[in-house]
Amino acid sequence: MARLDVGSQVIIQREHFGELLEALQKKSYKTIGPTLREKAIVYEEIESVNQLPVGWTEKQEKGKYRLVERSDGALFGYNVGPQSWKSYLSPPEVKLWSARKTENGFEVEEKSDEMPQYAFIGVRPCDLSAINILDRVFLDDEYQDNVYGERRKGLFIVAVNCTEAGNTCFCSSMGTGPRSREGYDLAITEIIDGVDHFFVTDVGTENGAAVLEEVTWEKAGDSAVEAAEERINEAADSMGRDLDTDRLRDLLFNNFEHPQWHDVAERCLSCANCTMVCPTCFCHTVEEVTDLEGDHAERWRIWDSCFTLGYSYIHGGSVRKSTLSRYRQWMTHKLASWHDQFGTSGCVGCGRCITWCPVGIDITEETAAIRKSGKVPEEKVDQPQP
Amino acid sequence: MDLEHNTLTKEQIEANPMLPRRFRIDKVTWETQETFTHELVPIDGADMFRFKPGQFNMIYVFGVGEIAISISGDPDDDSRLYHTTRVVGSVTRRKQNLVEGDILGIRGPFGNHWPVEKAVGKDVVVIAGGIGLAPLRPVIYYLLNHRDQYKRITLLYGTRSPDKILYSRQLKEWGARFDIDVSVTVDSADTDWQGHVGIVTKLIPKAVFDPNNTVAFVCGPEIMMRFTAMDLLKFDMPEDKIYVSMERNHKCGIGFCGHCQLGSYFICKDGPVFTYDKLKSYLSIKEV
Amino acid sequence: MEDLEKIVSQHPFFEGMDKNYLELIIGCASNVRFDEGQQIFKEGEEANRFYMIREGSVALAIHGPGSGNVTIDTLGDGEILGWSWLVPPYYWRFDAKAKDRVRAIALDGKCLRDKCEENHDLGYELLKRFSHIIDQRLQATRLQLLDVYGLRT
Repeated sequence: MARLDVGSQVIIQREHFGELLEALQKKSYKTIGPTLREKAIVYEEIESVNQLPVGWTEKQEKGKYRLVERSDGALFGYNVGPQSWKSYLSPPEVKLWSARKTENGFEVEEKSDEMPQYAFIGVRPCDLSAINILDRVFLDDEYQDNVYGERRKGLFIVAVNCTEAGNTCFCSSMGTGPRSREGYDLAITEIIDGVDHFFVTDVGTENGAAVLEEVTWEKAGDSAVEAAEERINEAADSMGRDLDTDRLRDLLFNNFEHPQWHDVAERCLSCANCTMVCPTCFCHTVEEVTDLEGDHAERWRIWDSCFTLGYSYIHGGSVRKSTLSRYRQWMTHKLASWHDQFGTSGCVGCGRCITWCPVGIDITEETAAIRKSGKVPEEKVDQPQP
Repeated sequence: MDLEHNTLTKEQIEANPMLPRRFRIDKVTWETQETFTHELVPIDGADMFRFKPGQFNMIYVFGVGEIAISISGDPDDDSRLYHTTRVVGSVTRRKQNLVEGDILGIRGPFGNHWPVEKAVGKDVVVIAGGIGLAPLRPVIYYLLNHRDQYKRITLLYGTRSPDKILYSRQLKEWGARFDIDVSVTVDSADTDWQGHVGIVTKLIPKAVFDPNNTVAFVCGPEIMMRFTAMDLLKFDMPEDKIYVSMERNHKCGIGFCGHCQLGSYFICKDGPVFTYDKLKSYLSIKEV
Repeated sequence: MEDLEKIVSQHPFFEGMDKNYLELIIGCASNVRFDEGQQIFKEGEEANRFYMIREGSVALAIHGPGSGNVTIDTLGDGEILGWSWLVPPYYWRFDAKAKDRVRAIALDGKCLRDKCEENHDLGYELLKRFSHIIDQRLQATRLQLLDVYGLRT
């Protein structure tokens, strides 16, 4: 088949969808996609369509996540689970380098890990935005993060637009979904209508077009494109949550001493779940791991969280000792200071932090509570106000 | 043992900012009972790097880990690297036991610098508290190396007690010069101490400077910097001519690990040096 | 006498003071000198004076627990030494010793106390100036108490 143009739309029938995985695998991509494990939908290496959570969906609420069977055979009939793609791009544990002890010190040993070339299958628009945000965090400054960069470099992304919104979703508020706007190689919209089951597919890059050369597709008629559009709009209208972002940064900077922080601190367990499930939380520590003899040492990069006491430790003690200060750091970073650092919000509205909070703290409710009684300053403030 | 051998090339190290360069400890000087200075020279045939006053390095001790320490040597002398360390945590405890000839890993220099270039043609007041003199020592070296570019130069230094004074021989040497005014004060002393007693801000009214044409560089504990800045403001110094240096936890030094955040800033790349107006709110909010 | 008036009125402590009050104050003033190492006053002695230091430096010391005499403050040019004359029972709480040659104006506290009793406006003016100094010293003492340079573990 002829090479498609970037920007064109085609249809892939359900029975040909497996060809997409095969085409990617043939091009040596390691295909990572959603699959069922331990009663949750997680992202793992998948070799065939059968490994997708076919006919499953999730019910999400504050502090609750349950898998429920669907009546149709949808491949992507759910939203997001506890994991995000950062697990692959900035893994929870990575060895940075290792060293051998010498008489007076040490010698660095070269690391020679082959980087897998990933293809992500089923990246939700919120998560696609999260990857774009992580690009800014890790690649957009004087230094580039090798761990992220090496994994991001050859990444192929198959985005999937959302046709249903979860109960903790608020991507419409954050402007990140439910349609993918940029950053994908291919973006699909799953349509099931009676016996019809197909994917309206947008070609985002030349790479995407090249892969489609190996896949059976047909021209997308107006009705299919309209159906996709309609489903996405329905998702947009059925968001389970809403977050008012109007001058949110200034609102939060102006309310660093708001009583709501005390309120949420009473409930927050400082367990760090929200930071682990957040697709943009990028903080990590670097730890020294030595063998028993002490002849060999390894430097490991491990996810860390601003909710731990050790995170802000400087000699003499931690800067943020109270739960209040740690929750405030997390939320104001995500929704306020992130704008100053990376020119975007750090929140993509995926709702994971709401679902996976063991005590059901809801970032949209906390923000609304501050907005209700807190004042938005008349002019932009450059620092949090005491 | 072959010290010159390294499995990594210079290019590899430069391509990966997380890899340390190896330096040999050439001299250890104990400044006080719990503070020591390492003089380091690069091995593996690597060039000595240049740094600017106020920048820091991540120092790696094999088997223990890394710690951020400011560079305390002369920025115009690239033959040696100086680090003054106070023994406080696991890395510094191990570090104090290292001897001449031992090898450390160095990543850096990181962070911005005390903008000595913005003080040209002006009076300069350097105010240090405790170990805060270490990151400011490169400023003094620089100012004295380029003495004709500056007007009056004053160093005010406060610390806990006479036995905690850093670089005491050097302070005496500088104190004997006519082109820099040096005053040292301690929080308390026995009656043998001939110098000032009291907090460092008490020295400010005695310093001679033109508030409208002065740059102040302040480094010490946060509370000391806050009070010092407030006193300088009483003398009508503009907020953006007062520079302070912040300390936070560092794991990477290059803006990725997140630990050094202070509100909108990453101390490792936006700092550690800030003008007071960019920091004053942060200094007055608890646990920020 | 004219010289004394000039010195007192130009001292920062009396800056902007009404001329009439200054005259009353100068009536209680005298020039003093201390040699290096000379004791100016001792803890427990009756406090009947305060000093405006013109030149030199004075160490305030207290006998600390197990550590001998500890210097807790030093005062220099332009600073005020002593306010125990103002507060009953009018005894010095510290030792004061000249660290080098000190020239100062001594003000007779008993004389000033009497004048302040007679003229409350003068008393208020003087107290205002002293409370400013007391506040500064208290703030400084608090910071010293915090031991900001020490290691907290």
